[in-house]
Amino acid sequence: MSLFIVNILDGLVTGLLLFMLCSGLTLIFSMMGVLNFAHASFYMLGAYFAYQISLFAGFWVGLIVAPIIVGVMGALIERYGLRRVHQYGHVPELIFTFGLALLIEEFVQFFWGRQQVPYNPPAALDFTAFAIAGNTFPAYKVFMIFMAIGLFLVLLYILTRTRIGMTIQAALSYPETVQNLGHNVPMVFMGVFGVGTAMAGLAGVIAGPVMGTFPGMAFTLGAIVFVCIVVGGLGSLWGALVASLLIGWIQTFAASYNLRMEDLLVWLGFEKPMLMWESAWQDLWTLTLPQVGPILPYLLMVIVLVVRPQGLFGKRET
Amino acid sequence: MKSLKKFALGMAVAGLAATAASAETVKIAYIDPLSGPFAATGTNGLHQYEFAADKLVNEKGGVLDGQMFEIVPFDNKISPKESLIQLQVAIDQGIRYVVQGNSSGVANALTDAIAKHNNRNPDDRVLFLNYSAVDPALTNEKCNFWHFRFDAHADMKMDALTDVMAENEDLEKVYVIGQDYSFGKAVASAAVRMLAAKRPDVEIVGNELHPIGKVQDFTPYARKIVSSGADAMITGNWGSDMLGLGKAVIENGFSGPIYTYYGAADGITAAFGETGVGSLKLVAEGGNNPPSKEAAQDYIRAFKEKYPDGNISQARITNVIEMLAMAVNEAGTATDVVAVANALEGMEFTDSLWSDNPMVMRADDHQLIQEVHIYGHVPVEAPFDFDNSGYGLKYENSIVNAGADLPTTCEMERP
Repeated sequence: MSLFIVNILDGLVTGLLLFMLCSGLTLIFSMMGVLNFAHASFYMLGAYFAYQISLFAGFWVGLIVAPIIVGVMGALIERYGLRRVHQYGHVPELIFTFGLALLIEEFVQFFWGRQQVPYNPPAALDFTAFAIAGNTFPAYKVFMIFMAIGLFLVLLYILTRTRIGMTIQAALSYPETVQNLGHNVPMVFMGVFGVGTAMAGLAGVIAGPVMGTFPGMAFTLGAIVFVCIVVGGLGSLWGALVASLLIGWIQTFAASYNLRMEDLLVWLGFEKPMLMWESAWQDLWTLTLPQVGPILPYLLMVIVLVVRPQGLFGKRET
Repeated sequence: MKSLKKFALGMAVAGLAATAASAETVKIAYIDPLSGPFAATGTNGLHQYEFAADKLVNEKGGVLDGQMFEIVPFDNKISPKESLIQLQVAIDQGIRYVVQGNSSGVANALTDAIAKHNNRNPDDRVLFLNYSAVDPALTNEKCNFWHFRFDAHADMKMDALTDVMAENEDLEKVYVIGQDYSFGKAVASAAVRMLAAKRPDVEIVGNELHPIGKVQDFTPYARKIVSSGADAMITGNWGSDMLGLGKAVIENGFSGPIYTYYGAADGITAAFGETGVGSLKLVAEGGNNPPSKEAAQDYIRAFKEKYPDGNISQARITNVIEMLAMAVNEAGTATDVVAVANALEGMEFTDSLWSDNPMVMRADDHQLIQEVHIYGHVPVEAPFDFDNSGYGLKYENSIVNAGADLPTTCEMERP
């Protein structure tokens, strides 16, 4: 039981981290109708910038400055890159962001090398917050939880309670109408892109010390972010939150429990082959839940797409 | 017209000079990844080879009557297919020595291809000096006369590791975890087999494989390991999987030793830093830091001066170069590789930079028998640290002639 509680908390950390990436991406996706393949690359940039800044000015300065740099970069890329490509349609946009992802990866390798960089949690948070039956919970993870929840509340407030938020919401659904009403929709796009990438950068800043800061970090998270926005539904903050948490818990619990395919097949009434290594079904019989864990989110995505194509909280069909 | 003739003459003279020069050098093909995700490891290895060839052979007057060693790099992108192409290019250039180490998959492909080539082309045979690929099969069922291994293979390392673990009276529970592919499985099965033989009372509380390169967060695995009550864990993980797993278990309250194969250098030592002290262990051949011999200390200092960001992470590279030079001198030829192989076979190598004990290239299977150490991750003074981090590896236990009693199934056909 204590392990169950620990897993709930661990899954919460993973899920909330994912949320910080998804929330920005889902807004960008629903506005521009384009998958930003480079979104996870901004997450990586955030981690690397924060690492570089932390060498000179410490972790806390990096926490504030790195996401701002990433956000400004994102906004500039939207203004001078993506917007120009936009007129040629979605496919060039897609290719543009794909190229951008590769470019950022090479950029990172060029400046920081291919090896992992020693980016660590600040000393002030380097202690054990509490322990449940021998399983310690680092204070840094508590900090991560509060950061992500704080971000969610701020975003929720801006999007639903302020005038800017209403303009964004309106621009999500009816961009032409909002433009006709006199709002500067391209400016809104640039702002959303900048804020979205800044949040990805912030996620990188706080995830880097835990998940490791290396050139492959964008790649390992890249695909799962898309799963998250498809499952949650486009443009929905709540959807992004629920989907992220769901994926976080699925991944954590799948890795934690050694459920074996063998038990399932026997329970279903199949007979276990006497000589396992000669059986054609050897690979199926020896599967365990941790081994299939990484594909479960994709399975979830397929199911959601079949059953509810607009996503759990999505409002419009795409 | 006249100038064209002059040009042609010049080219011919230059061509002659080039052939003359190449006759003076012993070329060694370095076939390893120099681009892609493993380029850092490959490039660092290349620097170690070039430095060893210059420092240990060329500056001392070369081999035979003054022939120099020249390392010729070939980028195999860590793909077996690409390696075979590069091998052909190397052979076409008249190179007779091939060194490779990263990935046993590549080594398996190379050793087969070289054996075939040597049978078909007795006039330009090549030798394969494997310095890092540790799949036991290479010196067992897949052994051949042309392959020599200078690293201790996975089972020999596990043998040394379990010898040390068996002496620990307090050890009750061990957790084995690795990447889900051939090497991870080989490590797991060797660990289970050898622990059962040496310490039947020790319980294996976990034995699992995780997807390779796919796990973003190792926390759930760390929870399982901590909850299992394990006193020690063994992993063959490398790269970011090594770092992610190690950091997660330490952060989540695991206090026992973490025995690894690849838990150092290439950024890993720097990333663990203070947190790894007392728990991170590594089993490998090589020297202490600082090494006991003055010459070895000077060697490391000189290397760090030339490559400030590099590490002497594969001490065995100097053994490859020095033993090859000895064999060439003993055989009296660098072109007849059968003679050189015969000289290498059974060679006793007494003055390795890193070891005071003699090493033997076992004739039965062409496996170098040497000391294997269990290292601890501890603070180490520069320049003997890794990644310029102030941390590095120091001996905790040493097993002389590690794995010499492990039987080999090699049945070698000699030319």
